[in-house]
Amino acid sequence: MTVIDSAVLERHGIKPDEYERIQKLMGREPNLLELGLFSVMWSEHCSYKSSRVHLKTLPTTGARVVQGPGENAGAVDIGDGLCAVFKIESHNHPSFIEPYQGAATGVGGIIRDIFTMGARPIAILNALRFGSLDTPLARRIFEGVVAGIGGYGNSIGIPTVGGEIVFDEMYAGNPLVNVLCLGIAHRDDIIKGAAKGTGNPVYYVGAKTGRDGIHGATMASAEFDEKSAEKRPAVQVGDPFMEKLLMEACLEVMKTGAVVGIQDMGAAGFTCSTSEMGSRGGCGMSVDVTYVPQRETGMTPYEIMLSESQERMLLVVERGREHEVEAVFEKWDLHAVKVGEVTDGSRLKIHERGTLVADVPNRALTDEAPVYNRPMEMPLWQKSVQECSLADLMPAPSAQHAFDRLLWVPTIASKRWAYRQFDHSVGTNTIAQPGMSAAVVRVKDTPRALAISVDGNGRFCYLDPYQGARLAVAEAARNVACAGGEPIGATNNLNFGNPERPEIMWQIGEAVRGIGDACRALNAPITGGNVSLYNETEGRAIFPTPVIGVVGLLEDASKTVTRTFKTDGSAVVLLGDNLGELGGSEYLATMHNLVAGKPPQLDLKREAALQQLIIKLIRDGCIESAHDCSEGGLAIALAECTFDTGGLGVSADVTGVTGMEVFSVNATLFGESASRIVVSCASTHLDAVMNAAKEAQVTAREIGRVGGESIRLSVNGQVAVDTAVLDAEQAWATAIENRMRKPERREQPRS
Amino acid sequence: MKFAVVVFPGSNSDYDAFYAASRVVGEQAELIWHKDTDLKGADAVILPGGFAHGDYLRTGAIARFSPIMSAVQAFADRGGPVLGICNGFQVLLEAGMLPGAMVRNDRVKFVSRLVPVRVEQTDTPFTAACASKQVLQLPIAHGEGNYYAPPDQLEQLESNRQVIFRYASAAGEVGSEWNPNGSLNSIAGICNRQRNVVGLMPHPERASELMLGSADGRVVLASVVKALAAQAPSPKAQVPA
Repeated sequence: MTVIDSAVLERHGIKPDEYERIQKLMGREPNLLELGLFSVMWSEHCSYKSSRVHLKTLPTTGARVVQGPGENAGAVDIGDGLCAVFKIESHNHPSFIEPYQGAATGVGGIIRDIFTMGARPIAILNALRFGSLDTPLARRIFEGVVAGIGGYGNSIGIPTVGGEIVFDEMYAGNPLVNVLCLGIAHRDDIIKGAAKGTGNPVYYVGAKTGRDGIHGATMASAEFDEKSAEKRPAVQVGDPFMEKLLMEACLEVMKTGAVVGIQDMGAAGFTCSTSEMGSRGGCGMSVDVTYVPQRETGMTPYEIMLSESQERMLLVVERGREHEVEAVFEKWDLHAVKVGEVTDGSRLKIHERGTLVADVPNRALTDEAPVYNRPMEMPLWQKSVQECSLADLMPAPSAQHAFDRLLWVPTIASKRWAYRQFDHSVGTNTIAQPGMSAAVVRVKDTPRALAISVDGNGRFCYLDPYQGARLAVAEAARNVACAGGEPIGATNNLNFGNPERPEIMWQIGEAVRGIGDACRALNAPITGGNVSLYNETEGRAIFPTPVIGVVGLLEDASKTVTRTFKTDGSAVVLLGDNLGELGGSEYLATMHNLVAGKPPQLDLKREAALQQLIIKLIRDGCIESAHDCSEGGLAIALAECTFDTGGLGVSADVTGVTGMEVFSVNATLFGESASRIVVSCASTHLDAVMNAAKEAQVTAREIGRVGGESIRLSVNGQVAVDTAVLDAEQAWATAIENRMRKPERREQPRS
Repeated sequence: MKFAVVVFPGSNSDYDAFYAASRVVGEQAELIWHKDTDLKGADAVILPGGFAHGDYLRTGAIARFSPIMSAVQAFADRGGPVLGICNGFQVLLEAGMLPGAMVRNDRVKFVSRLVPVRVEQTDTPFTAACASKQVLQLPIAHGEGNYYAPPDQLEQLESNRQVIFRYASAAGEVGSEWNPNGSLNSIAGICNRQRNVVGLMPHPERASELMLGSADGRVVLASVVKALAAQAPSPKAQVPA
């Protein structure tokens, strides 16, 4: 028998004090298998041990919340007895090691979380971060991740309807792949991941277990170093066809009413599903690994329990109704194998050929996992990065030059290179295509639709994590509102560095505090999410990047609007205040190679008023388009309103911000102040729009007209930008595909 | 009339076709499991899009062995209208019910976008309600939609007027700049010599409601309703009980 010494503990990522805790909970020394169970269940990935104290402060309740955090996914009521079931999850570390499979299995994992709840998945969105596309490494990872997302989602037939992609060198060694999946379930059909009923059989369904992904969860909880490439066997391989069968079979089997509880085997595989189901149901579980279908020979109980092979589910079935369940899986040519049963008590007992090989209290693995209130300390550099002297940046580039450059920046440019590889029309629910501010999917058999957006600005969070997190929530909710959706729920994916470093822990604490404040103010309770820590390569952390997904409800799907201008001669109105804030802006990063300053201010009351206003204007049919201002500011927002219209231009004149001297024009056009929306409306509706804004106490100014063939932007009457729409659109639309071409075929940007 | 929509393991547009036939066009429709052996009295059959059997061998290569395919073949032999959409088209090619083959898109990647498709012939049950040279905005979503046939076969297809849909510009011009996947002669869809079996890569069932960006595809399923109404008795009635 292996002696558990410090080397074994280190290999399992278990700290000495954690080992003491294990011995205490066990009442004895664990054997190696038991230690393995603890190592995966107590990993950061599964236990949230560093973030839990902070996550507890988030608002998780609301009138529409049917299921909050703690289950496979959250659920909110959308009327007519239906629920939207959704969650976001990360697959960052695997996607760095093996981009295609890492991203593909990330998609597969979150889809399982949704159908496990009894919901049919109808939409996928993703939030992706890569290094600069000017480097071969980032291009390779980007190419692989996009192909992996498409390869999995397209095959299984769930449309990828939206998302956001940001490129920044801070993610060069640590890309982020966050995937949100949303499904629809009847409220009464929601099934939970709890085991109940002593004597009820426990079934294993789906793909066979192999040695892939052993200790994947532990890997996702460690920093990268030069040896990471050697961890490839810990990345799983996805089989979307198996998952499609599993999804259809599970949704069908749940309809029989014979399923007591169900859980997918994701991170920590069989270990997680058995212990969590037992723990949630307040009962024990006894399984024999001998019955687990195996892809390889000679697998030990340790390997079987810790494998992260994909596309596997664990079901607890009502005793006496086994045949009903087996018949459904047989129809789909899937094997449902009885591997154990629910027991009295609260222990997870694992056998091999009838011999007990592990015996652990369920709760020791789950609820009793350590919770750390890790020390937090504001980084010493925090204040200095918030200082930004424009005087040092003289001379200011011309607005025209900046405009041309910004359209060509991959973060701002059209993401069609990516989303044209994603099937976004399958399912016949997609109303707003990828490339709009929010994705909009209809809810069949109802007049309603759901608007969904994922957002997060790592630069803002780096400069001020509290403010950056509030801005992320505000932007996601604003995007949803711009499609006419009333925010009803949210999910968060926290992507940070090593929490054992006090300055990273401070970022986490501040960001969670910001998310909580903004979600409360904007009525978007958090119903679930994911935490991905240790996003560091060789000691350098990514930008702190909380990604927020907001789901909004439209009572009338036909009322939704998109960012694109519709009619020549319509009025263009800016809602919100143009404050010319350049801190953390894409303008500073692109034109001055600088990430500095204070992120834009955000008054949550004004933000809420703005969102309520835009929802009302859309509901009343007053406006033709709506688009929020984010990266690249007002100028880029106006330009984006003209794209995908077939060349419908805009002519606008805005009042310049004061106190910025030679930077006044650029700050006016490219500042990234929050709480701003560009809308267009027929002249006949202009009064209604202005009056509604006045009533809502939201600043509204008519700044121009839709029309002509160019984007003509003036500040205080002076033309600052004048570009033909089709030229601007060509640059914007092809910026990414151009960088993805072989070097000799690349075009250079204009100007 | 009644549509049968065949469900292979891995079909993913089966419900979309069912929904378009029943809820949008307003006819009867039934999903038929691939292990079934009869078409349950259907007047028209749809082989839907997806990744039947995972498409791990060649697209459509295994699905043709499904039990239901003998019934589909017999139905087609009797002149019954059969429509293969995307993966369903690939199944028809593998089953030899349509000539030619699909290879990887010329630009290698999966392509998902709305494209203009020109209707070449209106004397098939799935284009009977179209105007000649009508341009339809239809979504494509495939990795292997690059149609190939040997030169003599291609020539025969053209001379027999078996090319039913071609990728085109919005104005109806045909050329390589509007060909999204490298298909020979910009072929998006073809029919058999008897003209009752039609396969196409674009998805008309996904473009049957304006809310979804285009309702142009509706005419494809509406065509078969019109064609069957004009032609009586229906093929199922000719089968001895």
